[in-house]
Amino acid sequence: MVKEENESPNRPDNTAFTQQRLPAWQPMLSAGIVIPGFVLIGLAFIGIGVALLITSRNIQVLELDYTGTEQNSPCFQCSDPDQQDCVCTLQFSINSLFEGPVFFYYGLSNYFQNYRRYGVSRDDGQLYGDLSYFKEPYDQCEPYRFDRNKRPIVPCGSVANCIAVYTFRLFQIVNGQQKEVPLDGKGIAWWTDYNIKFRNPTVTPLRNAFNSTAKPLFWPRPAYELDPSDPANNGFINQDFLVWMRRAALPDFRKLYRRITEGDYANGLPAGNYSLEIAYNYPVLSFSGRKMVVFSNVSWMGGKNEFLGIAYLVIGTLCVVMSVVMLIVYAKFKFPEED
Amino acid sequence: MAVNFNEMLKGDERRVDSRTIYVGHRPCSASEPFIPPKFCDNRIVSSKYTVWNFLPKNLFEQFRRIANFYFLIIFLVQVIVDTPTSPVTSGLPLCFVITVTAIKQGYEDWLRHKADNEVNKYPVTVLENGLRLRKESEKIKVGDVLEVEEEETFPCDLILLRSSRDDDTCFVTTASLDGESNHKTHYTVPDIEKDLESLSATLECEQPQPDLYKSLGPENLLLKGATLKNTEKVCGVAIYTGMETKMALNYQGKSQKRSAVEKSINAFLLVYLCILLSKALVCTTLKYLWQSKPGQDEPWYNEKTQKVRDTNLYLKMFTDFLSFMVLFNFIIPVSMYVTVEMQKFLGSFFITWDKDFFDPEIKEGALVNTSDLNEELGQVEYVFTDKTGTLTQNNMEFIECCIDGFQYKHRDVNSEVDGFCVTDGPVNSLKEKAGREREELFLRALCLCHTVQVKESPEGFIASSPDEVALVKGAMRYGFTFLGLESKAMKILNRSHEIEVYDLLHVLNFDPVRRRMSVIVKCKSGDIVLFCKGADSSIFPRVRQEEVEPIRVHVERNAKEGYRTLCVAYKLLGTEEYARVDAALREARLALQGREEKLMAVYNEVETGMSLIGATAVEDRLQEEAAETMQALQGAGIKIWVLTGDKMETAKSTCFACRLFQMTTELLELTVRTLDEGGRKREERLHELLLEYHKKAVQDAPSVENSISGNWSVTSHEYGFIIDGATLSMVLNSTDSNSSHYRTLFLQICQNCTAVLCCRMAPLQKAQIVKLVKNSKGSPITLSIGDGANDVSMILEAHVGIGIKGKEGRQAVRNSDYAIPKLKHLKKLLLAHGHLYYVRIAHLVQYFFYKNLCFILPQFLYQFFCGHSQQPLYDAAYLTMYNICFTSMPILAYSLLEQHISIQALLSNAPLYREIRKNAMLRWRPFLYWTLLGVFHGLVFFFGVRCLFRNSALQDDGQVYGNWSYGTIVFTVLVFTVTLKLALDTRHWTWINHFVIWGSLAFYVLFSFFWGGIIWPFLRQQRMYFVFATMLSSLSAWLVIIVLIVLSLLPEILLAVFRKPFTPFTQQRNPVESNVGAVPSPLSSTRPLLMRTFTDESNTVI
Repeated sequence: MVKEENESPNRPDNTAFTQQRLPAWQPMLSAGIVIPGFVLIGLAFIGIGVALLITSRNIQVLELDYTGTEQNSPCFQCSDPDQQDCVCTLQFSINSLFEGPVFFYYGLSNYFQNYRRYGVSRDDGQLYGDLSYFKEPYDQCEPYRFDRNKRPIVPCGSVANCIAVYTFRLFQIVNGQQKEVPLDGKGIAWWTDYNIKFRNPTVTPLRNAFNSTAKPLFWPRPAYELDPSDPANNGFINQDFLVWMRRAALPDFRKLYRRITEGDYANGLPAGNYSLEIAYNYPVLSFSGRKMVVFSNVSWMGGKNEFLGIAYLVIGTLCVVMSVVMLIVYAKFKFPEED
Repeated sequence: MAVNFNEMLKGDERRVDSRTIYVGHRPCSASEPFIPPKFCDNRIVSSKYTVWNFLPKNLFEQFRRIANFYFLIIFLVQVIVDTPTSPVTSGLPLCFVITVTAIKQGYEDWLRHKADNEVNKYPVTVLENGLRLRKESEKIKVGDVLEVEEEETFPCDLILLRSSRDDDTCFVTTASLDGESNHKTHYTVPDIEKDLESLSATLECEQPQPDLYKSLGPENLLLKGATLKNTEKVCGVAIYTGMETKMALNYQGKSQKRSAVEKSINAFLLVYLCILLSKALVCTTLKYLWQSKPGQDEPWYNEKTQKVRDTNLYLKMFTDFLSFMVLFNFIIPVSMYVTVEMQKFLGSFFITWDKDFFDPEIKEGALVNTSDLNEELGQVEYVFTDKTGTLTQNNMEFIECCIDGFQYKHRDVNSEVDGFCVTDGPVNSLKEKAGREREELFLRALCLCHTVQVKESPEGFIASSPDEVALVKGAMRYGFTFLGLESKAMKILNRSHEIEVYDLLHVLNFDPVRRRMSVIVKCKSGDIVLFCKGADSSIFPRVRQEEVEPIRVHVERNAKEGYRTLCVAYKLLGTEEYARVDAALREARLALQGREEKLMAVYNEVETGMSLIGATAVEDRLQEEAAETMQALQGAGIKIWVLTGDKMETAKSTCFACRLFQMTTELLELTVRTLDEGGRKREERLHELLLEYHKKAVQDAPSVENSISGNWSVTSHEYGFIIDGATLSMVLNSTDSNSSHYRTLFLQICQNCTAVLCCRMAPLQKAQIVKLVKNSKGSPITLSIGDGANDVSMILEAHVGIGIKGKEGRQAVRNSDYAIPKLKHLKKLLLAHGHLYYVRIAHLVQYFFYKNLCFILPQFLYQFFCGHSQQPLYDAAYLTMYNICFTSMPILAYSLLEQHISIQALLSNAPLYREIRKNAMLRWRPFLYWTLLGVFHGLVFFFGVRCLFRNSALQDDGQVYGNWSYGTIVFTVLVFTVTLKLALDTRHWTWINHFVIWGSLAFYVLFSFFWGGIIWPFLRQQRMYFVFATMLSSLSAWLVIIVLIVLSLLPEILLAVFRKPFTPFTQQRNPVESNVGAVPSPLSSTRPLLMRTFTDESNTVI
């Protein structure tokens, strides 16, 4: 009989797959699993939430707006777009030790770095140090592709063109004397950016690579002179430049400017009065933007952000509450049925 | 010497409709100039493409589909207009879809080419100028004289000129044409020159016509595809070649059936298209509103090019609109079509593979002719079934006969073979016997009046209808053995073991309209006799009325017992009368136009004034498990209608046997008999009865909604409805204004009955009924199941047509969508396969829309934060790969393997089928649920990350993240959530599901590392460089991903838990039930059907 069956060529294969009988795990979301699961997840979330919230609360943040729209603002005069090379000074005081390392951010609001046409207006070929792109920049760089003399602009495009070239100097006022706080400009950009993604052309000296090219229209200095103090921090691997080139996700953003890690300030900014000297050269009033500086220290979770902690707490609590509700529902409906 | 066939066609004026063929390409007479007529060559082309036109033609055909065309437009917009995403993002998926489809169609066409070549290159022998030439089949021209040997198939349609058999006949089987495996006899053209080389003749014949099913051509036409049997060789002249052969003309694609799911998909697509358009519209409007504020349109840091400034404002608006369309176009996924097609194609294999559908008798399993309707099997509301061969086995056994009103029943099968004897055989008392002469006349009639052929090895009979075999076998049991037909002589071994020889003069073939067949034979004595057998209704009016009554009693009794009855009559033909008949028949057979009608007229004229000899009763047993199957289907809420050509009594008893009607069922009868009862005009009575039944079954009965909820079995009554063909045509075609009113009444009555029996149906009426129900309110899904040629029309008409691989040829199978060997397989096909397919594809469709909604919604929301600048949130690679790679495989695996309820449970618990009735999972409510879920997820993804990015310093080194990190976090949450959502929905985790689900997630992670790990030389922008890796180095990113996934899935889990408490019972209990098994499903057999459905249902629905 069995032999006969095997002989028939049309007979379908008797395998688990063809007969839809593959061994299968059939998980049931039964109360026995879900209720303890919810309790566990809930408790874990609450734990994480508490930790996050405490961490976030411990982070110190000092935000200083210096847009200068108000009359009494020290930068009011500088906010006039006709002013050139205006410098204003911001006074502030710290009541207790601002624990280090302190991170110094600059912030802009209502500035659309994530505007599409703005965002594509760059040439990563140039920035990778490829000289062939120096002559013929990416066409998306328009209108910052060639200057009036038809010389190619390097680095081309809107993003590079309107880099916020800030110069901040921070002083602690000790006994009426201004004591400059050393600012560390290293390690403010992604490691992969200044080591791999962005490269200077392998031409020494660097300025030769930029022959017959033009600097971006808004730049005071060409790319190879961005940081006069450190020759290794020039060209496309200048860290300020790199920070700027990583486009912000939202129109209100802050970018890392410096870290305060050195000298007397390695442990943080001690309590006292400080003054911040700002070279005010970036008009924002035309698009009703605002400018600010932010001092902050960070934790393992990054900068201050209470959202995560609250989210964890809420969802954790929700889980626990739901498990209680489920328990009640089950106690009411299921157990009698089993009798 | 020439024979001019023109003579045969004298008097036929309509030459236009005929063609002239010069046999052997030799002109008929020297005076006429020989112009070789143009006919098509003998190439069969079933393929659609050639190597050269494949690309353009296939592309053209593909882009005729609305969806593909839409994607092409999107692609072109991307190429032409400056859009946010590169053309690759939509070009690549489209290309993929087009390529996959092209490969599939190309492969299918290649198979057709291969099949064509096999036929076209087949070597044939052509006689040309006295030489025998071997040629390829495709080189045959009309007029060629061909030689065909035994067991060869005819390469084109031939007129038989010469046969190697002495009697100028040949035998063929047409198994490949219509599945009938009996040998058919064909004759050479009479009076023809034996020497074909010198034959010079012309032939006129009809223009090609596809009427394969009407009759297989006149008796000297040999059809392409038929096989020569029992004959050494034949010669014939080709008259129809290539695409003009009857076979090719009959080879036409069936009209495509579309499933309800496809209609739902299209409706959903429209909704999504509206969403897409409104999104684009909203964004465009907001963009220009936003830009109208000073300083926003063109801040100093983002100046426009001169070209953009010069562009017309409205043109800019339009291109912006298009750009938004392109940005959001992923909401209508290209890949859904591919996945749905693949699901259907691959899924249908499970039907062919199912070994439960394998029938060891015919050594075949199920056959899937179209995979488009898999899910429709889960939606069936009405089953229309044929009786003979479907509900019953079509395995006939001779039970009894009556001769002149005396009943003969062969009780003792164990007695000697020719145990039929007047003295000991019959049941009736000894006194009442028909005369011996009458008995023998009756038995001779049975032996002669048929088209059965004798098969030598193994011994047996072959016939197109099993009734005939049963009758011949029955006669054999009673002493008259049919020995065979040799050169038009029928031989019979009679009771005294003498051989009687009869000349077969004419066979008046059976047809379903006449419902009878006759033979005209010439006895040795020289008498010419016509024997006729047929249905009682077609015989009784044609015999002497005084003979009818005694036989009618028997016929009706037999019919009541569920037997098939045939009446036998005869008529002596005088010589002159025969000569007249003979001439009339010959003339009709040669007619070029209206042959069928002319033949019919002659037949009807001949078959009158006969005298009735007796009647036979043949039993047709029920199919295996027919009753169980019917019960299961009824339990599944399916209404069963039996449509049969058989008599009412026979059909009714079958229905009782199948338990379609129960003893408690109140039968509402609307037949010619009940109409005649009142003694009034039929029309009046019809009106009255319809109203009465309507009141009973519809108005007084609880509404259908109640019946579903389960409390009907207690209160109401079961009704069965019976109608016959004549009454039905009165209902449907009544001339007065009531016609549409009757129709509605009739439908409403039927819809409230548990089972409906329509008897005495012509094939066309069967289709009419199906159509009527199909187009009724709520357009229910219909299924027709049948096995014979007379079921083809209803199989084609119904939403799903099922053919049974029965004994009446293969026509039903060839025209069906699915073919199964036995009726009992229908249960698993519908309850298990259909149910699963429906659930799978419904989930697939909903999930696809859902996952693309929550994919695109964050991108839409992001526009509010980037100045409506069409900035994509995700990288182009993610946009492209999302539907192709990251989320496509898990849902495909799900849609092939999911068994939310085990097959066992589905089979043993028929009411589960009702849960998905009326497209339950693809209606607007579930669609709304999925849409809301998608919106919820999209909002969670976007705003969750938005809150996190209030401070974009997410690492402990204080560095900030940019927009691509933002998008990548959202995308990671998205991929994980939609995949885990599917994992939550998966009830049946095989290793494939595990592999695919976890594999997809792993693939996403690996791909992201890879994509961000290399500076890609072909990209102008290295946006994603190390974005993913850096993201993973941030604890906050991890935490936010986890919390958002949990938050998204939380409602789903809760919903599942709160819905679940009830299902564990059905799922856990059923395997136990089936394992106990030895008591075969205690619920189904012992308890009444309605009780059963009620109690079982209460477990599942509540």
